[in-house]
Amino acid sequence: MSMLLEVDGVSVTFDGFRAINNLSINFAKAELRAIIGPNGAGKTTFMDIVTGKTKPDEGKVIWGDRNVSLLGMSESQIAREGIGRKFQKPTVFEAQTVRQNLAMALKTKRGPFAVLTHRKTVENGTRIEEVAEQVGLTEQLTRTAGELSHGQKQWLEIGMLLAQDPRLMLVDEPAAGMTPEEREKTTDILREAAKTRAVVVVEHDMEFVRRLECKVTVLHEGSVLAEGSLDQVTSNQTVIDVYLGRGHA
Amino acid sequence: MKKTFIGQNPSVMWFLLALAVFTLAVTLLSEATGIGIISTSFVKTLGKTLCLCLVAVAMDVVWGYCGILSLGHFAFFGIGGYAIGMWLMYARTESIVLESLVGQPIPPTPQEISDAIGNQIFGVVGSSEFPAIWAFADSLVLQLLMIVLVPGLLALIFGWLAFRSRVTGVYLSILTQAMTLALALYLFQNDSGLRGNNGLSGLQNIPGFENTSQAWVSVIFFWASALALAAGYLFFAWVVSGKMGSVVKGIRDNEARVRFLGYHVESYKLFIFTITAIVAAIAGALYYPQAGIINPGEITPIASIYLAVWVAIGGRGRLYGAVIGAAFVSLLSSWFTGGGAPDIPLGFYTIQWTDWWLVLLGVSFVAVTLFFPKGIGGLFDYLVRKPS
Repeated sequence: MSMLLEVDGVSVTFDGFRAINNLSINFAKAELRAIIGPNGAGKTTFMDIVTGKTKPDEGKVIWGDRNVSLLGMSESQIAREGIGRKFQKPTVFEAQTVRQNLAMALKTKRGPFAVLTHRKTVENGTRIEEVAEQVGLTEQLTRTAGELSHGQKQWLEIGMLLAQDPRLMLVDEPAAGMTPEEREKTTDILREAAKTRAVVVVEHDMEFVRRLECKVTVLHEGSVLAEGSLDQVTSNQTVIDVYLGRGHA
Repeated sequence: MKKTFIGQNPSVMWFLLALAVFTLAVTLLSEATGIGIISTSFVKTLGKTLCLCLVAVAMDVVWGYCGILSLGHFAFFGIGGYAIGMWLMYARTESIVLESLVGQPIPPTPQEISDAIGNQIFGVVGSSEFPAIWAFADSLVLQLLMIVLVPGLLALIFGWLAFRSRVTGVYLSILTQAMTLALALYLFQNDSGLRGNNGLSGLQNIPGFENTSQAWVSVIFFWASALALAAGYLFFAWVVSGKMGSVVKGIRDNEARVRFLGYHVESYKLFIFTITAIVAAIAGALYYPQAGIINPGEITPIASIYLAVWVAIGGRGRLYGAVIGAAFVSLLSSWFTGGGAPDIPLGFYTIQWTDWWLVLLGVSFVAVTLFFPKGIGGLFDYLVRKPS
């Protein structure tokens, strides 16, 4: 079966520091995947490369059914191709309402003139309400995003991702700063989303990863160290040495 | 659609109403159309102020809404003034030359007429040749088109180069300052084709309206300025409302995030930069016939900085704030620098406002930035109860 995203032999160096070193990693069309690894393992850089923020020195990033390379594309083109990203720190548009935030993310035409002449439709309104329902922000639709609690902002950002309707969701630390109940809900949202698309979650929190019940990829020094179920990778001696060992040392 | 748009933006309706009342009041008090309490020169000052309000609204859209601190928008204002000034000067000189040649035994050839006009206009910089940029100066329609096309194209090319290279923040501001400085320095040259530092003058004399008194001309231009401000305000209020407004404000607050949502940020910036440049030029084209003269000193970098100061004092990110800031500060400025404000004798030193006004303005700017970031327009937030 052909892959949704194939990252092949990618390397990137910042001022002599090799952030990503010959990294190869693939994602299927509908799967949930967790990426873990110690600080500086290259998790965020990997996301930067896939979303076009960072250009790698070498390697290939091949996307979708048409097998196009993402390397020549701008960030906005890649986003329109169907790759959505949630940042580590919740970044929503704080000066605007929850509804406006979701409306901006909604999968509609992105050109300036289409946007200028954009008219609200019942269909889009319903879609916004569906997404709000999914992330539990129905009551907050008219509130300014800046007034939301930390957890609600995280959900709003996840909601914006869902509204974008991407084929690949890159989610950076979705559970950071959440209460246990909030985490549970976030897990549900992500698992539900992964039924129809690829969802890649970067996370530090092992408990959260365990609850996702998915394939885990361990990154270390910019390349894949191990891959498999959480139990498999956590019992892998190299992983224990470089990652878990460090935490208990 | 318009009805719902106004309904959703009550401030637009209030602004248009206030502008209409103001226009009516000035009309009824002017020399030409009213009881004559307001002098013709003051009507011109008010008309010019409305043009400054319009360019301030454009500045607010590009800076307050889109987050691009352009310190070069007055260049576009000046280009608009030059574009209309070329036609005004050409057409008026032509009619004077033709008048002086009436009754000559041998009718003058077109070449002789052209030379005579050229001599009149460019004699001051030691030339009589028409430079290429005056090619359309004999046609009002083409020259009106230039008001839109020249600044539009300049903004498009400049913006494309700057935004494409992801130049942002203070670097972009410096670049826009360089643009207006370069343009001013070029125009200061005698061989720039626009009469060097003499600029274009006599613009208050409108060809075809020689028999109309300046009192009437001033009122007509005042009306035109009010109409332009109303139209510009309405247009920009529409642009920054709805989804476009969301995206534009999103770019201001977090450009990268907007990009990852799939919007091509550069196109949006270019769009906003260009339409605001065009509106600035239209404001300039209405301003300079009321001022009577334009010279390169008008578009030196300081002018664009003042523009930013007006918007900051009035309140960024709200269109009426820009109008209030521009009107308030520019009128106050002419009061202080025009000798309207009484000097303050301190015994050992006398504060003369013509010298000290800039200090006062500078201090107010710093104070507003530090203590009232919402500007004068922010006061309206206390009047209107926010719907929660």
